[in-house]
Amino acid sequence: MKSDKQFKDINDLSAVQMDALKEVGNIGAGNAATALSKMLNKKIDMLVPEIRITHLNKVADLAGGPEVPVVGVYLTMSGDAPGHIMFILPLKSARKLVNMLIGESDSEEFSEMEISALNEIGNILASSYLVALTGFTGLALYPSVPSLAIDMAGAILNIVLVELSKLGDYALVIETIFKEGDEDIKGFFFLIPDPGTLEIILGALGVGNL
Amino acid sequence: MKTLQAGMAEYQVSAEPATLVALGLGSCIGVCMYDPTQKVGGLLHIMLPSSALARVATPPAKFADTGVPLLFEEMKKAGAVASQIIVKIAGGAQMFKVASATMNIGLRNAEAVKEELAKLRLKISAEDTGGTCGRTVKFDVETGRITVKTIGTGEKEL
Repeated sequence: MKSDKQFKDINDLSAVQMDALKEVGNIGAGNAATALSKMLNKKIDMLVPEIRITHLNKVADLAGGPEVPVVGVYLTMSGDAPGHIMFILPLKSARKLVNMLIGESDSEEFSEMEISALNEIGNILASSYLVALTGFTGLALYPSVPSLAIDMAGAILNIVLVELSKLGDYALVIETIFKEGDEDIKGFFFLIPDPGTLEIILGALGVGNL
Repeated sequence: MKTLQAGMAEYQVSAEPATLVALGLGSCIGVCMYDPTQKVGGLLHIMLPSSALARVATPPAKFADTGVPLLFEEMKKAGAVASQIIVKIAGGAQMFKVASATMNIGLRNAEAVKEELAKLRLKISAEDTGGTCGRTVKFDVETGRITVKTIGTGEKEL
């Protein structure tokens, strides 16, 4: 299953490999939208996710800039293809989701119950992506308990960008937009493979050497 | 005045009036060096303690072990006198609770930066490291004033 090829950089991915990863992102976001619909008891649509290869220093700009406050849910995955998962929600999107789940509020701060709801949402969304990845690849992957933090986007992203920086200077980011009626809820999903894991995933997707 | 941003794995050195900035530091560390007599300032934004941790050991400003000596050299090139250099550092937070201590990259970054500074016989005159909050560092090269901003407590001088 393991390919001989070692990636120096995410930019080394071929078009076919990018497509395979995009498809995983697509199915993952679809799963996440379905899970959200069930949780909120509302119809949630999803725009086709955008997959970007972004320089480490530009990743925080996707969420509005390095100093913009965001909610981050972080977990690790163990098993056949170890790595890290981060889900980032801009504060506005997080507020919308929480309001849908446990009632209206326009407070800047989140209550303890709202934070626990966000943790659960993050957990469900991350798990949905993982299920897509396991379904597609047949790899056994086990998520850890998620950890949540609200702070500057740059600082929140540090933990995953640090892991990525060991592999190169670029990140593979899946931007997902969920829609409930006219409301857009934006989220960013990062899958950060440990050294060697990307090769295992691509191998399992059948595009290890393309 | 000019604002020069030191993004992750980057550094800025200026001998002209300018504000050097590192935005949203989490486990990363901003290393400020200043020669008040020559008014030369530098800001380095490292991500990892050691270049041995990465597949590719570049750019040097990404790592404490290669970045700190690099900033020191660039300071001297810009006219700073080694014996006059003041050092202040900020960052190295742990943003998420993680299982093992080896995962606390912020702490390891702070230790590695201090180790490198000691090798160069540079003393730290102020630091704001550790904790669980993101920080933005701003460094006015004209006055030598350095501030650290967090979401919770606002801006304060380092």
